Amino acid sequence: MADRTVVIVGAGPAGTRAAARLVAAGVRPIVIDEAVANGGQIYRRQPPQFRRPAKALYGFEAAKAEALHGTFETLRPSIDYRAQTLVWHIYDGEVHTLTGNQARRIRYDALILATGATDRIMPVPGWTLPGVYSLGGAQIALKAQACAIGSNVVFMGSGPLLYLVAYQYAKAGARVAAVLDTSTLAASIRAMPLLAARPGMLAKGLFYTAELHRHGVKIVRGVTPVAIEGTDEASGVVVRDASGGERRIACDAVGIGYGLRSETQLADLARCEFAFDTVAQQWLPVTDADGRASTPFVYLAGDGARVLGADAAEMAGQLAACAALRDLGAMVSDDEIRELREGLAPMARFRQGLETAFAWPARFAAGLPDEAVVCRCECITAGELRSVARDKGAPEVNRAKALSRLGMGRCQGRMCGLAGAEVLADALGVPVAEVGRLRGQGPVKPLPVNTEMAP
Amino acid sequence: MGRFHRLGETDRAPVRIEIDGASVLALAGDTLQVAILTHAGSLRRNEFDGGPRAGFCLMAACQDCLVWTVTGEQLRGCSTEVEQGMRIVTRGPAWQIEP
Repeated sequence: MADRTVVIVGAGPAGTRAAARLVAAGVRPIVIDEAVANGGQIYRRQPPQFRRPAKALYGFEAAKAEALHGTFETLRPSIDYRAQTLVWHIYDGEVHTLTGNQARRIRYDALILATGATDRIMPVPGWTLPGVYSLGGAQIALKAQACAIGSNVVFMGSGPLLYLVAYQYAKAGARVAAVLDTSTLAASIRAMPLLAARPGMLAKGLFYTAELHRHGVKIVRGVTPVAIEGTDEASGVVVRDASGGERRIACDAVGIGYGLRSETQLADLARCEFAFDTVAQQWLPVTDADGRASTPFVYLAGDGARVLGADAAEMAGQLAACAALRDLGAMVSDDEIRELREGLAPMARFRQGLETAFAWPARFAAGLPDEAVVCRCECITAGELRSVARDKGAPEVNRAKALSRLGMGRCQGRMCGLAGAEVLADALGVPVAEVGRLRGQGPVKPLPVNTEMAP
Repeated sequence: MGRFHRLGETDRAPVRIEIDGASVLALAGDTLQVAILTHAGSLRRNEFDGGPRAGFCLMAACQDCLVWTVTGEQLRGCSTEVEQGMRIVTRGPAWQIEP
């Protein structure tokens, strides 16, 4: 196995466990990480000058974070770790990377994509104002930089991160003006049987809510976002509450998000087949139970394949490595694979519970005013998107992209893609699955003009 | 008037940088985004509507936090660590026509 080139993209829970399994089999994998240090987003490490203990950063997950970081440190001499390196394209069996301005091509025998997730965003008028951040972004400010995004913060959206980040802010001493959840308490109650698949996770969720109450944070459920107000920065949030009345909450920062979306652009460039996933309400790469994609010798693991969280990602990373090793001709026991598959089983059920409790609010797309910005890179509005559907006959997202430029800016649709598809589907009067998915294009992120091939 | 508020970890070594010609103190380990937004309200203006922007995702996905060096290099604020003597401009490089 030592002569095989296995490339892992991502050094979070999935990438780390995949690397560990490959090293155990005698492979020296190349681990490519866009960040300056391993850990991914959830177990992101603070810079070396910071001194907070793991417990302060990761709460209940501190032991897992430290174990994962410890594993990575142990692996370092046995892997080719390339930090601060972007994979900007995958083509014809090669991964194209960029470190600084140095471009490289790596031909792989197997490729494991552990690319993680970003916040799932539904725009609201005013969401481009300074002071408005994704929930994940608000959490990173605190976790990686010991900063709050403002002095009086509203958290709005839905999903477990809404409550977790609000709790972390309150605990760290920031003022939380309100938690505004678009999903209802009734939905949470309906989801309980599914959420019970992971009792520990459910208990943590209830704990965060109780702590928010204890800190005196106002929690409002079943809201409909109306606008984030402000001229040069966010100064307040307006929502309609469940009874239809408008509420205005003053603040100087807003964290928004509705769960997570899998980061699948590299899987797309690797020519993996996709299918619409009704739970995620997103097009996802098709894999078998062990993470094998449709493209031979390409494997997917972690939230980048399907958002199941960090615990699942650790198992899926190891499982994808097992699959790759088998396909490369190495011996892997059936017991190991069976055990990992069984470990993953309750994860999907819990995710279904989360989507039941904290559903993606696709319905808000229809209610966005025409002047609301959907693409924040190039300020393409909901009205422009509706116009290409109604007046120019764009039947799917790629045609709509060509005509409106939505998804063509620097974020390549990572922030606006899902919401844009919902706006388009609503304008066309079809289910969102029918408007397709934005095709990935290399480079997935901007390259500097002085990029040169490394010697 | 900073946008971001430090909640701890303030005993790090100071790092002096320049933002739009003004000398500013950051802390070793700060990202450029934090170094700027602990002193200012925004990072740049959007090329399309001219509105102020201060980043969004903090995880290198959205590309909203771009700033420039005085020599025209474009940096992503959320994933660039601050370095002593950095000279940053938030209004775009000299050749860019402002909206």
